[in-house]
Amino acid sequence: MNGVHDMGGMHGFGKVEPEANEPPFHADWEGRVLAMQRAIRHTRAWNIDMSRDAQERLPAQVYLAASYYQRWALGMEKNALEKGLIDADEVAAGHALRPGKPVPRMSKDDLGGAFTRGSFSRPAATTPRFKPGDRVRARNVHPHGHTRLPRYARGHVGLVEAVRGCHVFPDSVAVSGDENPQWLYTVVFEGRELWGESADPTLKVSVEAFEPYLEPAS
Amino acid sequence: MSTHDDHDHHHGSELSETQLRVRALETILTEKGYVDPAVLDLIVEHYETKTGPHVGARVVAKAWVDPEFKAALLADATRAIARLGLISRVGDHLIAVENTNAVHNMVVCTLCSCYPWDVLGLPPVWYKSAPYRSRAVMDPRGVLSDFGVALPAESEIRVWDSTAETRFMVLPQRPAGTEGWSEEQLAALVTRDCMIGTGLPGRPAESGS
Repeated sequence: MNGVHDMGGMHGFGKVEPEANEPPFHADWEGRVLAMQRAIRHTRAWNIDMSRDAQERLPAQVYLAASYYQRWALGMEKNALEKGLIDADEVAAGHALRPGKPVPRMSKDDLGGAFTRGSFSRPAATTPRFKPGDRVRARNVHPHGHTRLPRYARGHVGLVEAVRGCHVFPDSVAVSGDENPQWLYTVVFEGRELWGESADPTLKVSVEAFEPYLEPAS
Repeated sequence: MSTHDDHDHHHGSELSETQLRVRALETILTEKGYVDPAVLDLIVEHYETKTGPHVGARVVAKAWVDPEFKAALLADATRAIARLGLISRVGDHLIAVENTNAVHNMVVCTLCSCYPWDVLGLPPVWYKSAPYRSRAVMDPRGVLSDFGVALPAESEIRVWDSTAETRFMVLPQRPAGTEGWSEEQLAALVTRDCMIGTGLPGRPAESGS
């Protein structure tokens, strides 16, 4: 969706402000949110793209006003409600009103899984349509659902630099859990192709683009 | 716990509301049997004490002294780092990109905040912030100036937007004047920011080595 989460190239957010000696967390609740997010993954009630999608569907003003871990918490609550793990009256009450669903719970023995990213590559049913050096155009598409093609790249021509394998397709898996694997490419764009003649002439920007995002460019 | 509580109070009622909401969510998820608070404690402890850019720093230092490892790292970072035995397992799809005199690399995730946690630990707040996510792909030199970094005008700047499950870490250039240094000495020069591309490694005089 064309949401405020898709920030590349927007103006008006101000300077980047690095913080010296930043602590791991700025409040205890941030660590709890991160830990819950890691542990709830074990229930397999939703996947990482569903987490991203839930945050993207927050009202724009809520998304922009929330910190990173606040967005995680809001997205997690939304997914837990939508997937039927919890109910709205329980959120209002602040505690459980009925027993949970029979889903696996992460134990201490499963902790390795909390810290290791899964693999997203999948066996390919097709051969890649593009190869390094091919000129491709990022499609001018504006899907209402979750996608990982940023707006600033759409409609622009770049070069395929690398084929990264066949990966779980976020646009599908976020909706239905269907992994629908697709070839993934690194596509590099000239800064001036993306941002016009006034852009930094030394700039190149790449995105990781799934095959359905791309079409051949002559 | 106490050190962070003090910090919260400066933010007033808004954060208290967040605290209450997060506590309620944890209570509900716990009572319904979806999470175990003792396991959550261990996860928090892991992120507070075990992860961090020291892992990536050792990788970079190794690449600076060992050409064979450097070649393996640039070919397949996940596999090369796994062989070092620094961490039990690096997530798949990790890609190391090399800074040279001609090219400076910078990593961003404009759509959320994807970050190579396995080698750099928790992402800093600025990396997840709207200013960085919006500007890195359009005005990386402006972003670099926010960090006090100025690159030669002719350097190509390559920005990697982490829009899939591939993750990127920058292999910075080895600072001059470090000939004969041990991996441990070199690792002390490698900052988190230089592995994101918003900084450069420390120089020998600065580190006091």
